Amino acid sequence: MAINTTLLSESTENSPDKQNNFVIALAGNPNVGKSTVFNRLTGLKQHTGNWPGKTVIKAEGTFSHRNRHYTLVDLPGTYSLHTSSSDEEVARDFICFSRPDITLVVCDATCLERNLNLVLQILEITDRVLVCVNLLDEAERKGIHVDIAMLARQLGIPAVGTAARSGRGLESLKNVLDDMLAGKIAIRPRQLVYDPELERSINKIEKRLAPYLPAWINSRWVALRVLERDFSILEHISNHKNNDFPRQVLKEEVALCLP
Amino acid sequence: MSTINNPGLSVLQEIEPLLPTNTANIKDRIVSSIYQQAESVSAQVVRSKNSQYTGLEARLDNILTSRWLGFPIMLLLLTLILWITITGANYPSQLLATGLFWLEEQLTALFLAVNAPVWLSGLLIQGMYRSLAWVVSVMLPPMAIFFPLFTLLEDLGYLPRVAFNMDKLFRRAGAHGKQCLTMCMGFGCNAAGVISCRIIDSPRERLIAILTNTFSICNGRFPTLIALSTIFMGTLVSQAYSSVLATLAVVAIIMTGIATTLLVSSLLSRTLFRGMPSFFVLELPPFRRPQLGQILIRSLLDRTLFVLWRAVVIAAPAGALTWILANSFVGGTSVFALIVGWLNPLGQLMGMDGIILIAFLLGLPANEIVLPILIMGYISAGSMLELDSLNALRILLLDHGWTWITALCVMLFSLLHFPCGTTLYTIFKETRSARWTLLSALLPLLLGIVVTLLINQGAQIIMR
Repeated sequence: MAINTTLLSESTENSPDKQNNFVIALAGNPNVGKSTVFNRLTGLKQHTGNWPGKTVIKAEGTFSHRNRHYTLVDLPGTYSLHTSSSDEEVARDFICFSRPDITLVVCDATCLERNLNLVLQILEITDRVLVCVNLLDEAERKGIHVDIAMLARQLGIPAVGTAARSGRGLESLKNVLDDMLAGKIAIRPRQLVYDPELERSINKIEKRLAPYLPAWINSRWVALRVLERDFSILEHISNHKNNDFPRQVLKEEVALCLP
Repeated sequence: MSTINNPGLSVLQEIEPLLPTNTANIKDRIVSSIYQQAESVSAQVVRSKNSQYTGLEARLDNILTSRWLGFPIMLLLLTLILWITITGANYPSQLLATGLFWLEEQLTALFLAVNAPVWLSGLLIQGMYRSLAWVVSVMLPPMAIFFPLFTLLEDLGYLPRVAFNMDKLFRRAGAHGKQCLTMCMGFGCNAAGVISCRIIDSPRERLIAILTNTFSICNGRFPTLIALSTIFMGTLVSQAYSSVLATLAVVAIIMTGIATTLLVSSLLSRTLFRGMPSFFVLELPPFRRPQLGQILIRSLLDRTLFVLWRAVVIAAPAGALTWILANSFVGGTSVFALIVGWLNPLGQLMGMDGIILIAFLLGLPANEIVLPILIMGYISAGSMLELDSLNALRILLLDHGWTWITALCVMLFSLLHFPCGTTLYTIFKETRSARWTLLSALLPLLLGIVVTLLINQGAQIIMR
């Protein structure tokens, strides 16, 4: 899985036409219609039924819109990014290390609250996030109304409502992707705040770590993982080919700043 | 995840003892923080007219997963389903048996009329047909009642609630919370249960789940348990309460299985597989109005007929093999009797006999055929030829010295012995290791031998 991730990031970074090629990661909880969105955007017929436990394979497809070319990567459906399972790790590693240009998080409008957990966690890693509130048709049938504009304001990132089964909202989804890449949309992502004690530890760790972490990684997020004793993240960073920090220093700094 | 494998980060190893040991607590705090904020965003964004999850459903969930009522409700539902199965299966079972054994008489007459050789009619009728008839008449009715009821609960969305209730227990046993889902799958079929362990991604906890899946009583064993329980446990009290007691005995065996799952999981996670369980988010899907027609069709076609067909396919050759073993003679004794003779001392110690043990051994391909082989074994030992109801089965077993202790030991051994051939093969495919497969067979077998030994010896002392 890790190999796939690096391969993909290399292929996109080394592509001669990087200017006009963009990688979009498709994330979301299981059974929110992610694959339907994927099929609708790419015109592919990916098998949609899935159950947790079958081998996790990332599906890829391409599409073009307003003279931009997109590679869409369908990540395994997960409820969180806490890497207690391999599909969560695949999703996390891709979002963190392959650095897609935009992470498109598909949510289920009928149970938005649960889906927001994942959105908020992804926002800790990257701020280039677009929320797609899918299954609006089903939500309407159940008498649930989702205020998309309010959601965008609350999260500080763009949000689009869709009903992918009928194709509703997908044009504006593509337009918003384009606008985001053109820098037409201001992004001020909402940050998760933890209890004061945790915040103190996070800040302490982050301050020590930050100078040694590559610029593209969210140091606060790394600090959180270290606090959870998830050291695999540090290994990932030091193993990553793009690392531009002295490994030895990182080790010692981490040792000093842990609570 | 909390261990450090990369030698390049060895400094971390030194400070690891300095880290807060209660990481679960930190993780919990982080997760609950995320949940709170998701809730507050959602509260400002989502308006629902007739909220899906505030009224009835939320109240229902509060009751079904409540600390005090959760487990009693689970037990009650399980008991209710089994009680309906046991009382409901009696009559059709008898009807089927009567019909099928009437057919046997006609077949025998036909074979006689065409002057077929004795060995052929023996092999085909007493060997194959009779075991098939038993499989159908003893197993079909309970399955046809039990499976639709179980599917109904599944369709309603009750199973995830069960998993929710059990999660804490599994975590305390050092296992993954998802193991209760794989355990539930095991109640259908252990092979399916073992495959479903793929949802557990940490290899440590997945192996624990695989190795303990056989402690979930599967489809193949339910009918045996139900029949024996009806015959022996039921008759310990007066007619009016017999089906209740029979039900409770089966429930007790299932609960013993769950307790064993937890115990062995805990044992394994403390010895062979040390480590911390990883945590996960368990989804409680909305309750759905079950589609009754769909349930009937699915459970009858996919489960009942599927299991029955497999039993038939395996029972026929196994029946033939048993007949051949019982009718090939070495120095005046049949091969069957010879093997039974070897196994008998061990069987007696375990509160059973040689024929019961050979039935379990020959039943390796599928648990469904243990009872038919057992019956054939007794019949070929020559006491009675015709069986047409559970009562006849009771008389046959009593004739061979069965008591309720025998029945109890057989029921326990049915719970605690090697998994069936299909399951073992699946375990081998999933773990890719002959060693784990062997352990998955030996672990329950040893447990079964020890438990039945203790029960039998204990009972002997008390009865004396």
